[in-house]
Amino acid sequence: MTDAVLRVSFAGPLVTYQDAGRVGQMRFGVPASGPMDRLSHAAANTALGNAPDCTAVEISVGGLSLECISGALSLGVAGGHFKVNRAEEGIGAWSVFALQKGDKLTIRAGSKGSWAYLAFAGTVNAPKWLDHTATHSASGFGGGALLAGSTIRVSDTNIREERHGDIERPSFLPPKDRVRVVRGPQDRFFTDTLIETFFSAQYTLTGSFDRMGVRLSGPKLEVGGALSIPSEPITRGSVQVAGNGIPTVLLADHQTTGGYPKIATVISDDIDNVSQMRANDRLSFVEISPQDAVQEIRKSATDRALYLAKIAEPKGTLGQRLMQENLISGAIANDTTP
Amino acid sequence: MQKVSFYPVADHALLVQLGPEISDALTAQVLRLDRAIAANPPLGLRETVPAFVNLLAEFDPLVTDHQEMEAAIRSLFDAEVGPAPKGTEREVLVCYEDDLAPDLDAVSKATDMSPEAVINMHLSGRYQVGMYGFAPGYAYLSGVPTALQVPRKPAAIRDISAGSVVIAGPQCLVMTLTMPTGWCIIGRSPTEILRSDPDKPFLFDVGDSVKFRRVGRSAYDNLTKGRET
Repeated sequence: MTDAVLRVSFAGPLVTYQDAGRVGQMRFGVPASGPMDRLSHAAANTALGNAPDCTAVEISVGGLSLECISGALSLGVAGGHFKVNRAEEGIGAWSVFALQKGDKLTIRAGSKGSWAYLAFAGTVNAPKWLDHTATHSASGFGGGALLAGSTIRVSDTNIREERHGDIERPSFLPPKDRVRVVRGPQDRFFTDTLIETFFSAQYTLTGSFDRMGVRLSGPKLEVGGALSIPSEPITRGSVQVAGNGIPTVLLADHQTTGGYPKIATVISDDIDNVSQMRANDRLSFVEISPQDAVQEIRKSATDRALYLAKIAEPKGTLGQRLMQENLISGAIANDTTP
Repeated sequence: MQKVSFYPVADHALLVQLGPEISDALTAQVLRLDRAIAANPPLGLRETVPAFVNLLAEFDPLVTDHQEMEAAIRSLFDAEVGPAPKGTEREVLVCYEDDLAPDLDAVSKATDMSPEAVINMHLSGRYQVGMYGFAPGYAYLSGVPTALQVPRKPAAIRDISAGSVVIAGPQCLVMTLTMPTGWCIIGRSPTEILRSDPDKPFLFDVGDSVKFRRVGRSAYDNLTKGRET
């Protein structure tokens, strides 16, 4: 049994532990939390040889720097296009690599993306709340946020050399700037003109952007008289319009109920795309029927499963790869020998 | 069962609306349906979120869809379910003083009552835990006296302290986290709703009744001493 200790020398805001999230607690006001970009979180774990829902560190555009102060282990990084430096050397933004005692690792915002994931070959010792390490950012419950001086302790670590190298990126994601939504459930509070505005306008993400949601700027959708509707359940992806007409898209740490009307709800595939956008990026909303939304999700679930199965395959060590080639050419030679 | 509306929510949920206006009878119907679903969970159901007038059914879209979920829930409308569990009476302390009650004056103006009359009216209410919502441990209490009912603000205000006792319309709640709210802040409570006990992480059960008891500033300060805010 080997352990590794990583000491954080710098962490931006909203750098947190996240497993895949806690389902089933919304009735107590607790959203699932978990990764803002679920596929990238699963990819970092899967390419490293972990189960897809293992605890990883979610890194915001604020970035993370750490040093391995004891032990050694393999790590996986995926999500967005972050700048990753290991021991002063730039490595792939989506890759699996080793960190030895004394090595420093820095992950900083790059050209695109708001969230990257750092997964660990071993068991991360992070606090659990309601059975999960997923951090609910507003309360800090769960694994919690990492700060300068924090340590990440990983037990049962190993080096998985056969997995080192770049991680193939998903090629099947829907376009980011055309976000598919199902109308409602409270579209009845909006006039036809406002609904038309909502679907024809371009909206810009503002800097009011955290794990709970992102406020948009664009045409206002002011409704009269809907301010006193009873608080009712909300889900990840709800587009809620406050009394001032400003829409907010709710994300992983969303509130579980609210009394402002929801004009539309972003479908599950596209909400993680929205989460990966940045302040000042633009998007528009495209209507999709509930039936088509389910069909689209079923199709993309297959793509995701095939993708994760592919990156789960070890690449093999250099020796193994050479050996494989010899065996193959040997077999071919045998076949063609008369 | 009166007219029920079903609203699809994205690819993965269905909102079941039992009526338009909050009433104890309607909330009881929502909770009855929630118990019926829990006893006979439809295929693909992930979780239900009961609220005052409606219930959200979250499902796995790889297993089921909105139509199948609607049919499964409709078939449970007349299902036999056990009686509602009997609630416990809980006491919640509240201090109405100074900076702990920043909207007390505005509520007093809006309701045409003195601040002291607002406080007494709030204390006179018999509240019931109707649902949890918004954030961890946010228990929505129904039963704000009619004369004290004020609308929520047009937009939420950020960073309102944990413990704040807030009202909007017929509802009251004790905030468990420092978060935004658009409700009116009339006091602050030292009572912990969110607990570290893993067997009972939340003080209230839905259906519990709540009485508020007034405490002075020094008692409030003593009770919250050393606590993180």
